Order: sequence, then C-alpha cells, then structure tokens
Amino acid sequence: MTPALKVENLAKTFGVGGGLFGRPAAGVRAVRPMSFEVATGETLGIVGESGCGKSTLARMLVGLLDPTEGSIEIEGRALDNADPAAFGRLIQYMFQDPVSSLNPRKTIKQIMEAPLKRLYGMGRTERDTRIDEIFDSVNLRSEFLDRYPHEFSGGQAQRIGVARALAAAPRIIILDEPVSALDVSVQAQVLNLLRDLKTEFNLTYLFISHDLAVVEAVSDRIVVLYFGAVVEIGKAEEIFARPRHPYTKLLADSAPVVGRPLKAPEQKDSELPDPLNPPPGCAFATRCPRATEICREKEPMLEPHGGDQFAACFHPLE
Amino acid sequence: MMFLRLLFRNRLAAMGAIVLAIILILVLAIPILPLQDPDVIKTSDRFLKPFSDGHLLGTDHLGRDLLARLLHGTRLSLAVGIFAALIAATIGSAVGIVAGYFGGRIDNVIMRGIDMLMAFPYILLALAIVAALGPGLMNALIAVAAVNIPFFARNIRGITVGLAGREFIDAARLSGMGHGRIILTELLPNVLSTIVIAMSTTVGWMILETAGLSFLGLGSQPPQADLGSMLGEARSALITNPHTSIIPGIMIFLIVMSINLLGDGVRDALDPRLRSGALSRPRAKTIVDRKGEVPADDGKGLLNLQSLDTQFHVSNRVYRAVNDVSLFVNRGECLGIIGESGSGKSVTALSVMGLVASPPGVVTGGAVRYEGEDLLAAPYESLREKRGNKVAYIFQDPLSTLHPLYRVGDQLMEAIQVHHKVTDAEAKQRAIELLMSVRIPNAESRIRNYPHEMSGGMRQRVGIAMALANDPDVIIADEPTTALDVTVQAQILALLDDLRRERGLAIVFITHDFGVVAQLCDRVAVMYGGRIVEEGTTTDILDHPAHPYTKRLMDCVPELGGGKRALAAIPGLPPMVSDLPPGCAFAPRCDKATEACRKGEIALSGSETRAVRCIHPEEEIA
Repeated sequence: MTPALKVENLAKTFGVGGGLFGRPAAGVRAVRPMSFEVATGETLGIVGESGCGKSTLARMLVGLLDPTEGSIEIEGRALDNADPAAFGRLIQYMFQDPVSSLNPRKTIKQIMEAPLKRLYGMGRTERDTRIDEIFDSVNLRSEFLDRYPHEFSGGQAQRIGVARALAAAPRIIILDEPVSALDVSVQAQVLNLLRDLKTEFNLTYLFISHDLAVVEAVSDRIVVLYFGAVVEIGKAEEIFARPRHPYTKLLADSAPVVGRPLKAPEQKDSELPDPLNPPPGCAFATRCPRATEICREKEPMLEPHGGDQFAACFHPLE
Repeated sequence: MMFLRLLFRNRLAAMGAIVLAIILILVLAIPILPLQDPDVIKTSDRFLKPFSDGHLLGTDHLGRDLLARLLHGTRLSLAVGIFAALIAATIGSAVGIVAGYFGGRIDNVIMRGIDMLMAFPYILLALAIVAALGPGLMNALIAVAAVNIPFFARNIRGITVGLAGREFIDAARLSGMGHGRIILTELLPNVLSTIVIAMSTTVGWMILETAGLSFLGLGSQPPQADLGSMLGEARSALITNPHTSIIPGIMIFLIVMSINLLGDGVRDALDPRLRSGALSRPRAKTIVDRKGEVPADDGKGLLNLQSLDTQFHVSNRVYRAVNDVSLFVNRGECLGIIGESGSGKSVTALSVMGLVASPPGVVTGGAVRYEGEDLLAAPYESLREKRGNKVAYIFQDPLSTLHPLYRVGDQLMEAIQVHHKVTDAEAKQRAIELLMSVRIPNAESRIRNYPHEMSGGMRQRVGIAMALANDPDVIIADEPTTALDVTVQAQILALLDDLRRERGLAIVFITHDFGVVAQLCDRVAVMYGGRIVEEGTTTDILDHPAHPYTKRLMDCVPELGGGKRALAAIPGLPPMVSDLPPGCAFAPRCDKATEACRKGEIALSGSETRAVRCIHPEEEIA
C-alpha cells in the first residue's frame, strides 16, 4: 500500500549572514537528512525539545518552507505546491497558537469560507451547509460564525482551528503542538475530538509535541528528534518503556511523574550543541553517559533494534 | 460610537475637531456665501484695513478682497494637503506592505531605495522635484506627496513584518490564497488603522509644506490664491500693512493646529495599545482598599495570607480574581498552588508584595502577614525594602524578566546593591558565587553574557540566582519551569529542592502540573475560579483527592507509560472570574452537583492541614 506520506533524506539548512546580494556565510542545519513513512490512517508522533527541528520539519511538509534537499511524497506523488488549491486539499496544518492563527479582523464565517471558496470553489449555499456540518462535528455552535476570534477562549479557538483544517477535507493533517497552549482539563477535550474526527474522516495525523505523555497517548508510532536528526523511531507503547537511545531514556526519565522521587537525571550541566558549529559525530555525545571515542567521530545511522524500533546509536540500551 | 466617545474624551482633540469643522463648513459654503470675486483687481482700494466698508478683512496690495481670497485659498490648500496625503499614503503603504510581506531581498532593495529618498533634506527634495517639473500647484502636490512616501512606507513595513510572520498568514496560504489576495484581504484590514493614524497626523504637515512651496513661488501661480502664495505676496508689505500677512498666517496656524490636535486624538482613540491603557503607568504598589475588618494575626507560618481578596476593576466590570484565599508557608517548606489559567494563582502570588498592576488591580480584603507584620498596611518604603530582600520572585519567562541590554552580571550586582551597601568588587564576587550556587558552569565568564546569549535553562538559573541575591526567606516561583524543556525542567526542580534544604527557604510554587507538585511540594492548595477548593499534604491530595475538580483534573493528566489510549476530559470551560456563578464555581462542570451546590457560599471545611470546599466530596477527609 502506498504510504500517505513518505519523506526521503529531507533536510533544511538556513543561511546565516551574507549581505544584500552576497551568498550566506554559514548554514544552520535545522533538519538533517531524515527519512520516514506514515501509513494511511496512522498517527505518527514527533517529539523533541526546543530547537530540535520539529517545526521546521512540519513547515516543509506543508510547503511553507522549501527543503534544501530530499523529497516529500504524498500518496505516492511528489509534493507540488505550484497549485495551492490542489495542494491544500491533500495536506493541512494546525497551528500551535489558536488565537494568532485566526485573523483578528475577520469573522469566523469568513475564516471558514476561505478554504471552501479557494480550494473547492463552492457557492454560497453549498458553503453554508458544509460549514454547518463541520461545526456540528467539532461541537461548535453555529451562532459563533458571526463573531470575531478575540471573543473565544483558547479551547474554542483551537476547535475553530480544527474546523478550518477539516474544511479543506485533507488527507493528512499536521498537528503542531495542538494542545500545548490549552489547560489540562480542556486539552483532553481537543485530543479526544481529534481522535474521533480521524476515524470519521479517515485522516492521517502527524502529531508534533514536546509533551511525551500526550504524544504517547495519541500516537501509533513515535519519532524522537534531537538536534535536527531522528535518533529513534518505534511503537508508542514500546519507545518510552524500553528506549534504545540514551536520549530517549533521558527524555522519559525527565518527565515529572507522580510518585517518582525528584532527581536530576542529568547531573552534567550541559546545553544543546551550538547549531552554527556542530560537533562531529553524534550530537548527543557531549551529554551521553555511554559515549565513547567512536561517538565523537562518526555519525551513527538509524538501525533496527528488535521489531519495529530503530535507533541511531553505537551503544544502544538493551 | 465607542471611537467618538474616546475621541471626545480628549478635550484638545474635541477643540481641534470643532475648529476644523467650522473651517470646513465655511470653505464648503463658498458658492452660497456672498463673497466677492477673489481675483478682481482694484488698485484704488489697495491695502484697506479690516472692517472697512465692503471688505470685512480688508484688501491686499492689488485691492483684492482678502476674505474671498482667504476662503478660496484655504479651500485650495486643504484640498492639496489632503490629496497629497492620500497619494503618499497609498503609494507609501503599498510599498511598505509589499516590502514587509515578501521580505528578504525584495524588502532589502525597496527599503534601501526608501532610505535614499529619506537621506535628502525634504525641502531640498521638494525643490528639486518642482525644479525638474516646473512650478505649479500640481507639481508642488506631487513633490509634497513624494517627500512623504518614505514616512508611510517605513511605518507600514514595520507593522507588516510583524503581521507577515503571524500564523494566520500561513493559514491563509494553506487555504489556497495567492499573494495578492493575502495582501488585500488578510494584511490590509490589519494595517488600515495604522494608515489612517499616520495620515491624520501628516495632513497638517503636508498643508504646511505646500504653503512653503507656494510661499517660495513654486506652488500656486498668480492670480490663483492659496495660503502660501498669499503670505508670499504679502511679504513686502509686512511692516506697513501687517494684516495682509497676519490673516493668512492665522488661518494656516488654525488649520495645522486643529488637524494635529485631532490627529493625535484619532491616534489615541484608534491605537489598541493606548486604548487598553498601556501608557497609563501602574503604581509602584497595588492599591489596597479593604472593606471590612482586617483579620487578626493567627501566628501561622512565616508568610501568611489571610482571607485575601484581589479584584480587577475594568470600566464597570469587576473581575474577582482572588476570593477569600488563606495560605501559609513555613521555613524550609514548599507549598504548591495548582490551578488552570484564570484560577487566580498568579494574582494571589503577586498580591503578596503589592505587585498586581494597579489600576486596575485592587486588594479589597484580608491580610498578608510576613513574620506577623501586615504587608498590605505597610508603607511603600518598607514594602520596597522587603521586595527581593525578604520575599523574592521567580517568573515564568526569564527572557522577559531580564533586561536585554545589560549583562547578567551587572543585573545581579544591581539587585545586590539595592539592598546592601557593598563595593562593586564585592558585589561582583557575590554575583559569581550566586551563579555558581545555581550551577552555571564558568560563572566568571558567564557574568559577562547578555541574556540572549544564554539558553532558556541557563537564563532561568540566572532568574533563580537573582531571587537568591539577597538571601530571602521566601521565594515565590510562578510557573518557573513551564517554558523549559523537560530535561532542563528536571535540573531546575532539583536545584530548587536542594536550595530549600540547604538554606531553609520557604517556597511558594505555582504550577499547573501535578507531576511537578508531586516531586517538589510538601503541601498543595488547589485553586479554581479564584478560590481554594482543596488543600492538604501532597500525598493526601494525590492519593485521596476529595474535591471532584481535583480528582477529575488529575484524571486528565496523561501519564507516561500508558500507551495509546483515550484521555479523560472535563466537559465545559473554566468560569470567567467576572461572572462567577453563585455557589460552587465548579458545579456547572461537575457530575455530582445538586441544587445545594448552586446557591450560597460553600465553606472550606476540615482541619488546618486538610480541607475541602465541597458538599459532596469524593472522600471524607480525616
């Protein structure tokens, strides 16, 4: 079966410096070459800390950024955003900040109509029925349509964001930290709604978050990113329970859990490597308790470690 | 309507509006007013004084009626000024939007061009344009408009750059909109108010510039009158017949003054930042206006909050952010305050040291006692002496609490020297020790860093070092790890825990995360809708939550290790503190709620160490 989304050697380097007409003096490798596939109907979780390239990856997948190298295939065809209308029907993006992703000067109706008009060229009556249907499925009342974004709470605004993404009737939705701006009691409402919609519309999700527990709860498989590269991929129920890569283990141990005594899992007061001047070898080596000579010289490749779990490490945990 | 009310609250703007309206009515009524022909020359009547027969304002050097010339000239000057402003605003804004939206090289090229235009002295540029095109009112108009394009371009570009990075622009692109449509339907409505504001403040300036060119003989050509050329023609008779200069002079003054006053008023009324009161400076200390009696000291804890009420009074609405909150914390103890956004946890913390922005914040009841002394009644000097020295704060976002233009070492030294008279060298030594105590590697060199040169975790360590600078007894930490990555969060929490054990600090830790509370806090208070709904030791609360809200909130928190699953949710939304329901604030979302829950005050019942505010608690508390 053709995967819904296939990424091969995808990488992005941002130029830094350079004048008006000059070439950039240096490059920051925000995303290092990475490959993965997402099956139709699957939810792939992507976790990593700030600066790991999560959002750059997401923006490349929806065509808001051009990749420096590599290819993106959606349902077997190479990503082509020359025709925004055709592209928007394939893949949509749901933003982290529910309020800033809605134009403050437009009513919710105008916001909802844009994708229907531009992507599907629907007429007025057709649009109205479609918006009513979508609002029904995300539990929003239709009297909200005449209001402006600032009149809504975070949870409601995020639901409007979901509704807008659904209006495009895409095959894939990229969810970029969809609940991190929300309160815990509201967060679950949105997550459960997303899960129901996925079954109803047979969607494929890419779920990006820094919250391990949330990602684990909603994903089938999880990709762990560190410093722009994939360090581990595996099934959601396995990857944090039996991490192979020391970084995955560090992440899992750092999450505050009720009933676990407080200890700093990492006593070395180390920081992320400098993106302008990356170290050779494994980027995690400076923080890694298992690092040896080879880690500081060669970049490890993703290799299978039992079942569906892949880790990029010379000294994986058993 | 709102706009007009705001506008006329500004007296000067109202005055400007009235003067301008009178001038406009006079000018528009020219066809029906019994005026003489402004261009008829009658040299026998030259230089008649004002109030002479048939000539209300007198005549000029050619015997032309000054009143007629003045009104015709005013009409022309106003028309030219407004028209020039429209042209400059249209072209300048278009250039600014395009540059700001596309960014990168396009922006660079356009803005360097605009910079070159700006580099010329404006009058020289205008003279050059008129010289190239030849004198005439039309050419003067073009010159004045061209000279003002950079002003609009720069202004609008600045706003657009900020907007173009916003997510709704990306969203529009994904909705299938092209660049043109995004600029017209997404960006333009958002910059329109800025354009109007910029225009209202420049029309006056443009009238003045046009008058300047006409004065030099480069604008309107005789016999056509505009205010500038009237002044120019009267120049030679300035001493002998001053009224010929003074009359058009006063008119220019009235027009420009009224337009500028009105323009300032329009800006103040339209600008959302000014409207929301950004420029009204909060006081150094929260206003305390306690209704009812101050509770007597009950001797609990080092820091003791007794029945604290804090409200925000915005126009005629009252936001009851903190209602009857009582808390205390002992030396060496960590008290957690947990709650969702809008639950009043941060306002509670800020009320302690009078840091709630005031206006609109007002403490309306209760007491805050530090070692028995009521801080709410304390004078500002005494409060200021205690801020940072006895009670220190750590905030959520260290990037916004550290000053971006000073080195972190200097900021630490300043914090020390405010409370202790020590030499710079001693203060510096102390700053280095502080950075070492929060485990910042290479402290000697790190004190020379600016905040932006540090990572989020390192900055928060500086924030903690700053709080420790004067060896306080109490630290109030408001979500200090929320903005940090989990691996960094774990380090910061461990650090705070060590510090409290080493120094016997009392910590008030505000968070929304049960995991964090479980690891750090001895006791916990759960807040909802501005009230404490449950308090007790951490183990009691986590193992035996008594309030339905606490129990259900804990069920919502996904825990690592559960695999893929459905998550529990609480239906509905947290209450607005401006519109709290009677009875229990949680009742509308609670499945155990009965009639009794929806009316009357529900008291916090239980012992000093374990209490719950609920009629139908999940568990009977011991």
